Amino acid sequence: MTALEPEITAEVVAQHGLKPDEYERILKLIGRAPSFTELGIFSAMWNEHCSYKSSRLHLRSLPTKAPWVIQGPGENAGVIDIGDGLACVFKMESHNHPSFIEPYQGAATGVGGILRDVFTMGARPVACLNLLRFGSPDHPRTRHLVSGVVAGIGGYGNSFGVPTVGGSVNFDSRYDGNILVNAMAVGIAKTNEIFYAKATGVGRPIVYLGSKTGRDGIHGATMASAEFDENSEEKRPTVQVGDPFSEKLLLEACLEIMQKGCVIAIQDMGAAGLTSSAVEMGAKGDLGIELDLDKVPCRETGMTAYEMMLSESQERMLMVLDPAREAEAEAIFQKWGLDFAIIGKTTDTLRFIIKHQGEIKADLPIKELGDQAPLYDRPWTTPAPLEILDAARIKPPVANAQALLQLVRSPDQASKRWVWEQYDHLILGNTVQQPGGDAAVIRLGDGPKGLALCTDVTQRYCEADPFEGGKQAVAEAWRNLTAVGARPMALTDNLNFGNPERPEIMGQFVLAVRGIGEAARALDFPIVSGNVSLYNETQGRGILPTPAIGGVGLVDDVSRTASLNFKAAGDVIIVIGKTTGWLGQSVYLRDVCGTAAGAPPPVDLAEERRNGDAVRDLIARNVVTAVHDISDGGIALAIAEMAMASGIGATVKAPAEASPLHAWLFGEDQSRYVVTTPSSCLVDVLAVLAARGVTCFVAGATGGDSVVLPGEKPVLVAQLRTTHQGWLPAYMSGAVDHSDRTP
Amino acid sequence: MKAAVVLFPGSNREGDAARAIEQATGVKPVIAWHGDHDLPAGTDLVVLPGGFSYGDYLRCGAIAARSKLMDAIRLHAEKGGLVLGICNGFQILVESGLLPGVLMRNADLRFVCRMQHLRVERNDTPFAKAYAKDQVIKVAIAHGEGNYVADAETIARLEGEGRVAFRYCDAEGQLGGAANPNGSINHIAGVYSENFNVLGLMPHPENLIDGLVGGTDGKGMFSSLAAFRRAA
Repeated sequence: MTALEPEITAEVVAQHGLKPDEYERILKLIGRAPSFTELGIFSAMWNEHCSYKSSRLHLRSLPTKAPWVIQGPGENAGVIDIGDGLACVFKMESHNHPSFIEPYQGAATGVGGILRDVFTMGARPVACLNLLRFGSPDHPRTRHLVSGVVAGIGGYGNSFGVPTVGGSVNFDSRYDGNILVNAMAVGIAKTNEIFYAKATGVGRPIVYLGSKTGRDGIHGATMASAEFDENSEEKRPTVQVGDPFSEKLLLEACLEIMQKGCVIAIQDMGAAGLTSSAVEMGAKGDLGIELDLDKVPCRETGMTAYEMMLSESQERMLMVLDPAREAEAEAIFQKWGLDFAIIGKTTDTLRFIIKHQGEIKADLPIKELGDQAPLYDRPWTTPAPLEILDAARIKPPVANAQALLQLVRSPDQASKRWVWEQYDHLILGNTVQQPGGDAAVIRLGDGPKGLALCTDVTQRYCEADPFEGGKQAVAEAWRNLTAVGARPMALTDNLNFGNPERPEIMGQFVLAVRGIGEAARALDFPIVSGNVSLYNETQGRGILPTPAIGGVGLVDDVSRTASLNFKAAGDVIIVIGKTTGWLGQSVYLRDVCGTAAGAPPPVDLAEERRNGDAVRDLIARNVVTAVHDISDGGIALAIAEMAMASGIGATVKAPAEASPLHAWLFGEDQSRYVVTTPSSCLVDVLAVLAARGVTCFVAGATGGDSVVLPGEKPVLVAQLRTTHQGWLPAYMSGAVDHSDRTP
Repeated sequence: MKAAVVLFPGSNREGDAARAIEQATGVKPVIAWHGDHDLPAGTDLVVLPGGFSYGDYLRCGAIAARSKLMDAIRLHAEKGGLVLGICNGFQILVESGLLPGVLMRNADLRFVCRMQHLRVERNDTPFAKAYAKDQVIKVAIAHGEGNYVADAETIARLEGEGRVAFRYCDAEGQLGGAANPNGSINHIAGVYSENFNVLGLMPHPENLIDGLVGGTDGKGMFSSLAAFRRAA
């Protein structure tokens, strides 16, 4: 089409991440060889990140509907009805590859991107969360990555002005070469003022808003769809640079023109920038789109059509405006000092036409760009099931009190205060329960309603049994929301896996998705938005399968939530749920015994629901004083965490038949909670549990200055606290390895 | 008491400040635009809220200090009108010369958000009447550049004139060590102007106005201001 653009050779096609058969598909679809710009557009639309070509087939099986779901997957974010004319809009998304290459900007733009997804739908963001997975603390790069990612998340969210209220941070050598940075944003909109990407009306102006376009991030989505190799450092220029200040202005300006009713359709420019946003708006509305790139505000001179179409410059939006309200909208954007340019129009041709300097650089069928993307049913294998570990065969290497001290200081269980104190978690003045609990709780406006929010996944369970691991991730999110007294409403998922072209990795993905679906169905906890991140490997070694779950629950009255800290000495401690002493894949096995073995604990979803409903009932009846879910580290660690959060000790009593004792204390049977109750309410609590057919055990009482495990020397709460809080600051204050490049 | 909360591009705690003022006075404050020439007529109190005005690019508060409305605010302060700068607002006040000193990067170079105790240094000002002298209050902090620095002469003058409003302390009122979150000289968390009508402070009393959300120790500042009557 133009002599200036490079010739399309097999090598150029390969550089665009397109396989030979995928290129054949392009030739067939358009009946000729694509121009260079067109090839770029195809590569942007058909990479794994944008097309979900390996995952689509399996994602279809997930439950996405419920009477309270307003919008499921397929839009910028999911939307649920939370009553009183309000909707909660939320989504989680990964920024793994960029964050490994340039941790500060990679993480910052991850937060920026997900916030944009939420306010694009007309919602004002009210909270952020994240789920981070780093390599082994011993790896020379880990400290630098933790430092940069945490600073980047804080740097963006703090400036934008949204509280970061929760998250999850784990370490494992399987993430040494490929960390995970998953960011979740939550916003609130009116149910009758939600905005979608679907364009309507022919000949309507397409407006470009926000920051100028530069050469940053070109091929970012393609990079995110490939494995890392030794040359990944050279990919630094594909990482975008975030500007939270511009995003804050964009938020205010967008919400203002939305409120004034000027907007017909809106789509943020995220992965694959102008290309994917324009195609999406047109394809969803059965319209063609014509863009004139001479009108695009550029930060740099001499940008080609190819570069403009693939730039991932941040803080940009595309809108279809009501033509009658153009001047009004422009004035609002000028007030906020943002670029506003009409760069094209909708047409009735169903073609995606790109003009630049008087030439047509691309002319493609718009629906087919998305609809005809390759779809793969990749071969997959089921991993061999692991045997159930006989706890009696695991001899405790140390005394149980010593094991507890080891567990509270090991990297995954140690306090993450060093992290969340770098996030503004108090702005907006609605943070009822701050980071460090089972789920964060934020008040909506002046209350009494609120939201409970959490992020969860136990990747070592997923590695051992992807199906059970997928179930468990959903069940744990549901449990964490329940533990604060919320009604779990819906979830967003962020499925982080290795290379799907390897059948064993594809097997992990397929089975984890099935597990997620089964748990979500059983718990009435639909998936309303999500993101898939594949090719998380470096030099052929995959990450642990990590299907992150972001849960949202509704709290009817924020003055009546439960929290995990003990409230008084002399309260009775009750363990709710069945304890068999399941040590397979436990942190006790990993951190105390130094091994990983056995099948992970299965989740009985009927029991999960029964136990959780009972706990929510107890909280509503106001008969329990503290509530905590039992997860990593079992009963012993749950009680220790409740003690550390309060400064009040506890004496733990095990049933006589608990054998071996260390398995009862540290086993990770699912669907369990620890609750406390004043002795005056004990009869009521036991009656409620009995009526609901829920198993429970009175496991001691609160009080004193120590945690006393059966038959063990007391461990001072103060010592537990110092140990628990000391690890991360001490680790981070170590000298940064000098071989590491600092950006 | 008529209050105006100034909105700069990048302000993000203007809503929190407005909420605290409305709770104390029963009246929603006016949100004033940085690009305006004049303050709303009859303004008694100007609040410069927290946030990242102009992204905190260049230096925190430096660009906002040169906004059009700042000229009117300077005039308002000269006439004895009340000005409260919180966090980024404090940074704007020092950048605009309304208060002495400068706010540097926190000593450990990290942003810090946590609950923080303060000692009330004096209560005979329009901002602190509801507190007792030496009272220890719990408020929130959330800043990356809160390390108050000034030359020895300025510090001596501030101390001599009793212009330190609050100092960082622990729950028992003890100064020093981990109780100082950012390395500020003399644990200074906030300072007054010569006439005690301008206050700048890094902590956020506006986030501690509700028992459900951390506590209510911040209310005293807004109830003090609500009770203020301009001398005729």
